Amino acid sequence: MATLQLQNVCKRYGAVDVIRDLSLDIADGEFIVFVGPSGCGKSTLIRMIAGLEEINSGALLIEGQRMNEVGPADRGLAMVFQSYALYPHMSVRENMSFALRLARVPRAERDRKVAEVARILHLEPHLDHKPGQLSGGQRQRVAIGRAIVRNPRIFLFDEPLSNLDAALRGQMRGELARLHEEIDATMIYVTHDQVEAMTMADRIVVLQAGRIEQVGTPLEIYRHPVNLFVAGFMGSPPMNQLPGQIVDCSNAGVRVELAGHVAVAIAATSRAVKMNDAVILGVRPEGLRLDPAGSLAGTIHLVERLGSISLIHVDLDQGSRVIAQVGATEDVRSRQRVTLTIEPVHCHVFDQTGRALMSLS
Amino acid sequence: MRASRVSHTSVMLLAWTVALVVFFPIAWTVLTSFKTESSAIDASAMLHFQPTLSSYSEVFDRAQYVDYAINSLIVSVGATLLVAILAVPCAYSMAFHPARSTRGLLLWMLSTKMLPPVGVLMPMYILFRSMGLLDTRIGLILMDTLMNLPLAVWMLFTFFKEIPRDILEAGRMDGARVTDEIRHLLLPLALPGLASTSLLSLIFCWNEAFWSLTLTSSSAAPLAAFIASFSSPEGLFFAKLSAASTLAFAPILVLGWLGQRRLVRGLTFGAVK
Repeated sequence: MATLQLQNVCKRYGAVDVIRDLSLDIADGEFIVFVGPSGCGKSTLIRMIAGLEEINSGALLIEGQRMNEVGPADRGLAMVFQSYALYPHMSVRENMSFALRLARVPRAERDRKVAEVARILHLEPHLDHKPGQLSGGQRQRVAIGRAIVRNPRIFLFDEPLSNLDAALRGQMRGELARLHEEIDATMIYVTHDQVEAMTMADRIVVLQAGRIEQVGTPLEIYRHPVNLFVAGFMGSPPMNQLPGQIVDCSNAGVRVELAGHVAVAIAATSRAVKMNDAVILGVRPEGLRLDPAGSLAGTIHLVERLGSISLIHVDLDQGSRVIAQVGATEDVRSRQRVTLTIEPVHCHVFDQTGRALMSLS
Repeated sequence: MRASRVSHTSVMLLAWTVALVVFFPIAWTVLTSFKTESSAIDASAMLHFQPTLSSYSEVFDRAQYVDYAINSLIVSVGATLLVAILAVPCAYSMAFHPARSTRGLLLWMLSTKMLPPVGVLMPMYILFRSMGLLDTRIGLILMDTLMNLPLAVWMLFTFFKEIPRDILEAGRMDGARVTDEIRHLLLPLALPGLASTSLLSLIFCWNEAFWSLTLTSSSAAPLAAFIASFSSPEGLFFAKLSAASTLAFAPILVLGWLGQRRLVRGLTFGAVK
């Protein structure tokens, strides 16, 4: 249980800036997820918090205390590694009690703590097994158990589920969320999987090239991405991006005309744009609807049936390609001609620099 | 299918030929050690002879085998321990905290093994004499340590390199200091590597002859000197010489044979996954 602050932290490897002047406040008990494409610096950032990488400049504060010069073990953190990093020559019990052994905790207390954690994580039958005898999911639980036993102030997870298969990943996501509720600790979680980010986070931090692009709750990030990068990165399939032009600015919003003389009125602040500015209209797949009277005509070139919904990839006559979400019972086939309507409430407008116009709704 | 069988057979034949060529002198020595001096030089009695222990009893009568063997044991084990104590931290720092010069340093260490020992005979002898290390076990231990250290550092370096960094970092998060890291994580994980490195060092120390003969005479003389004492002054007494040789190499041969699985794994480590 602790707060954590990053104040203008930087990390350089030679001439390469990996983390650039990054600041972030994390509240007590929060579940924070760092998400971003590979190479965005998210793993470096969590390793800097852990103390495994040096901070070149700026400050790391835990509970208000500067931690830059404090060793990894004395920061009161525990980390779960992507590779699990279990000690292969030790049994599950020894793995989990290693930190306590080093801290010279009496044996009886060690055993009691390990037994308690093993019970929470359903590892009791495996306490005397070596990591090599366990399945991937069990190893992952041992790695988490090893972190819990230390009773850390903050948990760090570095892509902990990426080595598991899809079913197990879903199950472990649930277990981690349950764990967070149960022990109510601050957790920092790194992933490139946006489903993990959306489902588990209290707040998501979207990173790109060592910088924070946006911080917000999952729904904030999904509904109000601040720029094209966040809009394209969060959401699967990604947001459709259609080039257009501002044809009307008023206090009520802006009017964007797309190629083919299709115009959409959007309730967004017009302060950053003026008439005839080129903009990008962003619309999520669920913001496009099949409509015989629709204004966007095109041909379906791929249908992805996901069971509960279907995704149709449509080549629009005006030149763009979009993905629309339709009901599973909808009768759609490849090469079929369709017309779509854009739902203005699901639209976002991005100016030439890629920044979103603030929504008025 | 047939081609692969033919190549398989030829590889087997080659392997057996090499093995026999290597094994022949050892077998010849062991056989000769059980002969009388006259049958030792009789070519017709190569395999047909009456085995006798007379050479052995004569060897035991004339020289203090046990003294030499104890010297060999102390020097080999001592040097191997010293090698391990020095090589482990050295390889640890090179494998996990490499500097820009680490590669070059490793190559330089190995290059010292390419130097013929006789090239530094004079300076070493004078150094040993002025430090009072001539004919002492400590002196020979130091010399053997220097001889084996480069190889040991190289071998341990490759073993340590195979250990995932994450495991050591997890240890650091768990509160392990450098000494805990080495003791609780690195050494147990690299134990097979450490064992094969030590075994190899032990064999090299035991078999080392050049410096043993140069730097010792009596009180610290190991088994290499024991064999030598039977060669020069006695002329060609093959049976006795063979008995002395057999007594000298038997212990290390048995040790090597017992540890061959380890040894092969150690020497091919990193080459195959």
